[in-house]
Amino acid sequence: MSLISKNEPGREVLLMGNEAIARGALEAGISVAAAYPGNPSSEIIESLSKVAEELGIYVEWSINEKVALEVAAAGAASGLNAIVAMKQNGMNVASDFLLNLNLSGIRGGLVLVACDDPSGISSTNEQDSRVFAKLADLPLLEPATFHDAKDMVREAFALSRAIENVVIVRSVTRISHARGNVVLGSLPEKRPAPHFDTSRPLAAMPVSVTHPRIHQRLKQAAEMLADSRFNTYKGPEKPELLILACGAASLFAGEAVSLLGLETRVGLATIGTTWPLPEAFLLKHLRSADRVLFLEEVDPVLENNVKELYADRNMELPRVRFLGKRSGDVPDTGELTPGTVIRIVGELMGATAPDAPSDFETAAKEALESFAPARSLAFCAGCPHRASFWAIKKALALDGRDGVVFGDIGCYSLAYMATGFYQAKTLHAMGSGAGMAAGFGKLGRFGATQPAIAVCGDSTFYHATIPALINGVHHSSDFLLILLDNSATAMTGFQPHPGRPVDAMGHEAPQIVLEDLCRSLGVKTLVKDPFIIEEAAMTIYELLQEKGPRCLVLRQECALVRAKTGPKRRPVSVDPEKCIGEDCGCNRLCTRVFRCPGLNWDVSVGKTKIDEAICTGCGVCADVCPRGAIVKETA
Amino acid sequence: MEKDPYNIIVTGVGGQGNVVGSQLMGAVLVELGYKVTIGETYGATQRGGSVMSHVRVSKAQQLGPLIPPRSADLVIALEPSEAARVLGQFGNPGTVALVNTRPVYPVDVISGDRAYPEADLLLEKIRFLCKQVYFVEATKEALEMGNPILANIVLIGAAAGAGLLPISEDHLARAVADYMSPNLVEINTTAFRRGMRLVPNER
Repeated sequence: MSLISKNEPGREVLLMGNEAIARGALEAGISVAAAYPGNPSSEIIESLSKVAEELGIYVEWSINEKVALEVAAAGAASGLNAIVAMKQNGMNVASDFLLNLNLSGIRGGLVLVACDDPSGISSTNEQDSRVFAKLADLPLLEPATFHDAKDMVREAFALSRAIENVVIVRSVTRISHARGNVVLGSLPEKRPAPHFDTSRPLAAMPVSVTHPRIHQRLKQAAEMLADSRFNTYKGPEKPELLILACGAASLFAGEAVSLLGLETRVGLATIGTTWPLPEAFLLKHLRSADRVLFLEEVDPVLENNVKELYADRNMELPRVRFLGKRSGDVPDTGELTPGTVIRIVGELMGATAPDAPSDFETAAKEALESFAPARSLAFCAGCPHRASFWAIKKALALDGRDGVVFGDIGCYSLAYMATGFYQAKTLHAMGSGAGMAAGFGKLGRFGATQPAIAVCGDSTFYHATIPALINGVHHSSDFLLILLDNSATAMTGFQPHPGRPVDAMGHEAPQIVLEDLCRSLGVKTLVKDPFIIEEAAMTIYELLQEKGPRCLVLRQECALVRAKTGPKRRPVSVDPEKCIGEDCGCNRLCTRVFRCPGLNWDVSVGKTKIDEAICTGCGVCADVCPRGAIVKETA
Repeated sequence: MEKDPYNIIVTGVGGQGNVVGSQLMGAVLVELGYKVTIGETYGATQRGGSVMSHVRVSKAQQLGPLIPPRSADLVIALEPSEAARVLGQFGNPGTVALVNTRPVYPVDVISGDRAYPEADLLLEKIRFLCKQVYFVEATKEALEMGNPILANIVLIGAAAGAGLLPISEDHLARAVADYMSPNLVEINTTAFRRGMRLVPNER
């Protein structure tokens, strides 16, 4: 059951920002939806996949973001409405196609939702996707509330159809992964039949024709958006300070103004149509104030664009002092918080929020320092990645040539931290571990002796590792690719991928088997179970002694998936006679180094014990203990 | 909820169900005519990290997804050291808290590298940072029902029982049916009832 498919116009419901975006697409009558999962964007396509059957739409988890955009573009090229969603990193993957698709244009409606992750809460970077709008000459809208997110997506489709081009909607974590009130609109009854008009090819070339055309289309978009209801102003006619804000920052700004009691002195203009700029709206407000503060996440995109507009029109405008990321008044990295925004606005206006009593502040500080122990990130209890990296660590120690592990994107990204025994030495983009390992494997000619290992998850393998592997095979590079196959896109919520026998809509789908694909390239490929840890470690060691490209699939189901589908594997216990604690000389190997959350160091008796509620019964710790004090029963 | 906006924080450790708990609470309040905004922390924090949901309730306006410092009115904590963390940042002398007493040890504690705060001192600190606090054995109650994940609903029931939230068993049943699944209504309403009984209604 899902609220986003309910045809109950006028009903007010609580929706996640991403669900609101999905609902907006449904109200616009989409036929096609595609994405590669990535937080904070995953729930857009996830929620559409759950209603696909019921509403008769086509939804897929594509192999990567570029293909997702291509799938959606095919729908839009045939006159349908299509939505594609991605996280900020996905924009980079899709951009090659996007920066040609913009030139050809489309004929139906195509909305690309980019969900940015300020502060990198679930990301390796915090890039600002809005720069792509200017780069590609495409309109970009930014919702500030949940209801706006829904309506904005619906209207983005209308705009897309009118200008025959892609429209980008940019969300951020605090909209996408937040929830709020949304009033449902109506769902359309019919969708158009797809037809590709072969008399009108869609080609990016010749640039002499297509490039001027997108400028024309962007101008048309500016005219259509000139009086958009998504640009609003609240405040006095002549504010002492004018705030220009987008997205979640606008909500924080509104609250700061009211908490500081500045409603009659500060004006807040919320900009929903970030590109092209609403010039008349901005010029009107730039004439009203001599201090302008920009509040936006992450880069000074609105700030720079407004300054450009101001420079163009400076002869007719009064002098303005601009305050923002460039002036140092607003942090130029990380997400904005209510606390930061209150401080910034308060300092600029000489106003302060009331403090708590000083003894309360002292106690609060003490609570944070001494009563709230940090929770470092760790693999789950029974996670196969912990076993895999233990095996890699052991094999590399045996090998003794200071081997390098090139990391990749997924839960196992954590392998550069304590929970992965600090094994991974690089962490960048999807598939870049294998690409770098294949490059490193060619450095032997210069005297390099360190062996190269790339790790990569199953979903990441299909997304971007395949070209890197083929490259390494073609160039006979010396490297070992270890595929950490937990049979799930675990990090983002277990979405299916081409290695699974099922698709986004729950239909049976042909499975592309990892090892078959590797072997088809002529690469020696072994498959092992990381829970049989000695064998896994020895296999890695032996493969490290060989030359050329090699693959090892370490296959074991994600512990979170396993917990949902099956019982605990077997009882595991500690024999208190055999565990001699601090006297052992192992220096608490199981709890201090292996660090599975299912193992506790019992301070009172100085021995290890199993936490029955958390232990999944994988039994790997029994093989890690040098004294055989941990006992696993036969599964 | 006399105050507008009324700011609630549901806090705990990844996997304790605070996201679902705050979603159900928010769904009921939307049905009751409130504007509700919930800010959640997702992603990597699912793996054993602190997870906090900010639930903001107002008759008048749609608020931002994060509560300003020192502005929590009600803290519902599924884990006691997480209560200390949240009160340290968002508590004020008027805050009311409901705290599950069962600790979930961080990986640095179970590895023996760090100590978990002593129970008496921790509870005393929490008490100091609130106007009023209810300590509830929500996990114990949930385990008696066969699943520790129900502690979130036990605590929401306790908050309702103490008169802190205008939520009835019927409201919760409707929200579970609408937002989760009709099959889950009975177990959740039972947890809610058990929670209601755990605290005295002093309002």
